[in-house]
Amino acid sequence: MSTVGATGEAARRPFPGRRARLGDVLLQGVAGLAALGAFVLICLIAYKVVDGSRLSLSTFGLGFLRHVGWDPVHNRLGGASFLFGTAATSLGALLLATPLAFGIALYLTELAPRWIRGPVTALVETLAAIPSVVIGLWGVIVLGPVLRDHVMPALHSTLGFIPLLGTPSATGTGIFTATFVLTIMILPIVSSISCELFLGVPAELKEAALGLGATRWEMVRGVVVPYARGGVAAAMILGLGRAVGEAIAVAQVIGGVDNLVSWNLFNGGNTLAGKIALEFQSSTSSLETSSLFYLALILLVFSLVMNVFAQVVVRRVARRQGLVAR
Amino acid sequence: MRETKGVSVSVSSAIERAVRVETKREPLPPRERLQQVFEIEDLSADYGSNPALKDVSMEVYKNLVTAVIGPSGCGKSTFIRCLNRMNDLVPGFRQTGTIRYHGQDIAAKDVDPVAVRRTIGMVFQRPNPFPKSIQDNVAWGLKVLGMKDNLPERVERALTQAALWDEVKDRLKVSALSLSGGQQQRLCIARAIAVEPDVVLMDEPASALDPIATQAIEQLLHELKSEYSFVIVTHNMQQAARVADMTAFFSISRGDEGERWGELIEYDATEKLFTAPSDKRTEDYVTGRFG
Repeated sequence: MSTVGATGEAARRPFPGRRARLGDVLLQGVAGLAALGAFVLICLIAYKVVDGSRLSLSTFGLGFLRHVGWDPVHNRLGGASFLFGTAATSLGALLLATPLAFGIALYLTELAPRWIRGPVTALVETLAAIPSVVIGLWGVIVLGPVLRDHVMPALHSTLGFIPLLGTPSATGTGIFTATFVLTIMILPIVSSISCELFLGVPAELKEAALGLGATRWEMVRGVVVPYARGGVAAAMILGLGRAVGEAIAVAQVIGGVDNLVSWNLFNGGNTLAGKIALEFQSSTSSLETSSLFYLALILLVFSLVMNVFAQVVVRRVARRQGLVAR
Repeated sequence: MRETKGVSVSVSSAIERAVRVETKREPLPPRERLQQVFEIEDLSADYGSNPALKDVSMEVYKNLVTAVIGPSGCGKSTFIRCLNRMNDLVPGFRQTGTIRYHGQDIAAKDVDPVAVRRTIGMVFQRPNPFPKSIQDNVAWGLKVLGMKDNLPERVERALTQAALWDEVKDRLKVSALSLSGGQQQRLCIARAIAVEPDVVLMDEPASALDPIATQAIEQLLHELKSEYSFVIVTHNMQQAARVADMTAFFSISRGDEGERWGELIEYDATEKLFTAPSDKRTEDYVTGRFG
């Protein structure tokens, strides 16, 4: 630096140099800590789950995933029935909820008169606000008996040749009932995300279609749905994530059968999340506790994979809608 | 389906067209010898409690370019969107009066707006190609309207008419969004004329484009008006002077309680409206003394 005096320096440099501003520093610090906190939390949870399942991992290895049955007295524990229960109920719920949610979203965004939109949207959102234990209770007391007395026998007598629709359950609980309960639970999230997607379709594109003489249906099919399609896949994956992780309501209606993998959806079963939630308090041995951690590990890995997959899908679709032609 | 009109379109690059800008204006035949496309009578429109247009009466003639000019908020977009029932989609919109298209009142409630829009096409202010390939953009309307015979030929013809064919013929399967703004707008014009409309409405089609792309669009209007009738909204007076045979000047009127609405002030041959306007307000606007 030269030895010119402060006044001369200021005269040649109209702007002061960079300096730290308290607000910026605080914001940086607080926000950075929060972000770091989330990261640390995930790592801690993952570590704890892996650590907890270590005993079970070394005892059963990957065979745990194939073994059907949960017999803590003889230390014969396996996760296959829970994996099956989780997959069957979640995929089933997704299968039922997606077209329904799609319909709801299309109706609310494109077809419904304005005065219907508000109330119906609010109702769908309210569905998401019902505590899952309440839906589960309703599932046991109302839905289960109705399905048992009317729906299951009808399905069995007409479509009974399909192995999935075997002998109806005597209690009304089971995979089938759990699937219905899960459908109700993921319907709001899938439909509200679908709504956002459809609303996100630029008005100019819709006008372009209508201006060409397309009908409303042709516009929806040709412009709105293709534009939103990739996002809908992501909405489905998020719904699936919710279904996979739901414990309480499912545990209430699925029947808690731990040693059965059956094609008949009317049979009882159990899910990963349901088993963990109900069994943790009553675990009798360290191996059983560790095996519950193993179940949690499976659930965790599955959820993480789903999440990453959803993001990949969204990004790929965004790119495709951008500059690469189909 | 209407038969294909046999008109050859010279194929040269858009740049070439844009450079040799010239505005040959043959003198207009007297109005009574022109064929009417629209006969608009006492058209008023409002959005809920806000009036947008009052008592517009004018005719639109076949195979001419009719420009609608005026300041922002004068209802010119509302007006043009009445002509193909696009305003039906706007909640709270109401209109009164008649818009006779070849004699039929298309503003009547029992007329199917979808059918109206099939005959009276529209090009919008911002280029709005579908996120599909260039080819599919043009073919989409054709497929929807069931004009599936000779699809590739129809696509080529529309792109040629829109002076885009030479630029895109080697990459028809590439996304339309990879085109420049001017190319996208010409693609939108190709998409609109592919379905063989009778009238093409254009709502400030060049306002988002640079001067070269604008000239390309204007050149197109000159070449295509032998086949179609155009109504073009523009806030650019020079553009109206360059492309339009007839020009309608809309302005804003104010009521006693501060309400504002658009009104048709003067409608005449473009030459006359710009050089010898009969209304003081038109004169003020076209000479730049407005406001």
